[in-house]
Amino acid sequence: MLSKSQARLFFVVGTIFFSGVFLWLTVDTLNKMPAQTNAQNISPEVNRGKVIWEDNNCMGCHTLFGEGAYYAPELTKAYERRGEAYIRALLMSPTPWSPQGRKMVAYAMTEQEANDVIAFIKWAGEVDLNGFPAEPTLKQTN
Amino acid sequence: MKFKSQKLAYYFFSTCMLLLCLQITYGFIMGFAHMGYDNLHDYIPFNTARAVHTNLLVVWLLTGFMGAAYFIIPDETQRELYSTKLGFIQLISLVVVGVVAVIGFHFNWWEGRKFLEIPRPLDFLVVINVLTFLFNIGITLFRAERSSTTSIVLYTGLVAAALLYLPGMIYFENQSVDSYFRWWVVHLWVEGVWELIMGGILAYLLIKLTGVDREVIEKWLYVIVGLTFLSGILGTGHHYYYIGAPKYWLMVGGIFSALEPLAFLGMALFAVVMYRRSGREHPNKIALLWTIGCAIMSFVGAGFLGFAHTLPSVNLYTHGTLVTAMHGHLAFWGAYAMIVLAIISYAMPMITGRKNYNSMYGMLAFWICNIGMLGMTGAFAVAGVAQVYLERKTGMDFTLVQQEIEPHFLGLVLAATLFTTGVLLYIYDFYKYGRPNDEALVALTDNG
Repeated sequence: MLSKSQARLFFVVGTIFFSGVFLWLTVDTLNKMPAQTNAQNISPEVNRGKVIWEDNNCMGCHTLFGEGAYYAPELTKAYERRGEAYIRALLMSPTPWSPQGRKMVAYAMTEQEANDVIAFIKWAGEVDLNGFPAEPTLKQTN
Repeated sequence: MKFKSQKLAYYFFSTCMLLLCLQITYGFIMGFAHMGYDNLHDYIPFNTARAVHTNLLVVWLLTGFMGAAYFIIPDETQRELYSTKLGFIQLISLVVVGVVAVIGFHFNWWEGRKFLEIPRPLDFLVVINVLTFLFNIGITLFRAERSSTTSIVLYTGLVAAALLYLPGMIYFENQSVDSYFRWWVVHLWVEGVWELIMGGILAYLLIKLTGVDREVIEKWLYVIVGLTFLSGILGTGHHYYYIGAPKYWLMVGGIFSALEPLAFLGMALFAVVMYRRSGREHPNKIALLWTIGCAIMSFVGAGFLGFAHTLPSVNLYTHGTLVTAMHGHLAFWGAYAMIVLAIISYAMPMITGRKNYNSMYGMLAFWICNIGMLGMTGAFAVAGVAQVYLERKTGMDFTLVQQEIEPHFLGLVLAATLFTTGVLLYIYDFYKYGRPNDEALVALTDNG
């Protein structure tokens, strides 16, 4: 039967081995991510947009790449779905945007800030996400 | 209780109780908002409530782990803590940082990265705080004549948790890379090193409550934490499926995260088998309930429900929906909230010297909390699955879907009310124990 020292060996060797594999895959991932995410398109606007995104905790209601909270729409494809004008209007709105009654904080952004956020969302929409979000397979097309 | 410094744990535990109440309050705000009653929007918008709810969870659990360590380490090393004073300073500073962060969230002061919302300047204070804690426990361990596997596993978990906080503090321009390293903190905490902490506390409780030989329990502790890392480290990959990372993570994450329930199954079997082998009838039945309950509920919440949406083909549709909230609630409750409540239930009679073992309130608290939390999980499950089919499968608009699933949030709020009743009973029981008492020294060392 397994002894305590064998059990410890299993823990130590397993942990070291899998940590090693994880670090190796991380290096490989970091090498591949720039191409997969079009890192060359991360302009100063996109970066400023990301900062605004974080400063206002947009992830506290929305998801991006499916990550965040589940109170407001997934925004990965928002640029493609809604277009620039709609997004700009809601970001600059001085009163809470409230589609079907669900309220968004009124950020009353300047045009510049809104454009930065739009640039960020547009960049996010072009990242290769391995098929996410999936096409709705049960969508009625009539 | 044999050592005076173990009393320090009491103050950490009472902080836990306060923070838990506050966490639940903000949960209700979100529940009502989901039902369509977002009446506090102007003062506490959803993103504020959400940041407070999740950060308070993390802070009260960490406070609980620290309290547990301050109680367990003197007992395991057979000596007083290095410095009780340092412990108090550390608790007070932790509370101050927590309060400042929570207030800041109400004024749009945060970092806006899921689970790591605490603003950067406060991050540094958290790091200093945790280092102080680790120093205090570390010196105690270092000076001890004997060290047990349980205390080493617990300490390793705490040190690793502190180290893994650091990758979350690096700024990346690329959202995908940012997300990649954010999971180093979040995933490797809750599905990695926190399980070490949980395993350590669980092993300690089983040794004390069942009387089974320490060597046997600690051997299986190694096997379980070994399984945790074997599956959990590469299991991080289930967060990398759809964030802009290479496709091989679908396979790597899929395989290893599918193995993650094994560690939790091991934990549940471990607790139940040790309990059945139990050679003694420990009088503290409530602590035993929480201990065995924790091992079982962590398997259901973290293991089973995690598995339910971890396979890439399923996750493609459930990713970023309320299905995640379903899994998240029962997982954190079963694995981490319950282990903290278990150690509190075990420690309180010893710290206060009151043998208030089998109080009706304590027993009721256990059952009502668990039934309430299962109800909440059910409500999230129904809402989540409905959302997946309506929004992700049929392509219905997000807000229309949200209106469709509003009634399930009434179910959620009702179940949460039951859960809260259980929590309040637990806190009433905690309050009735009274304050730490030096007369409790040695009087209640029922465990040699």
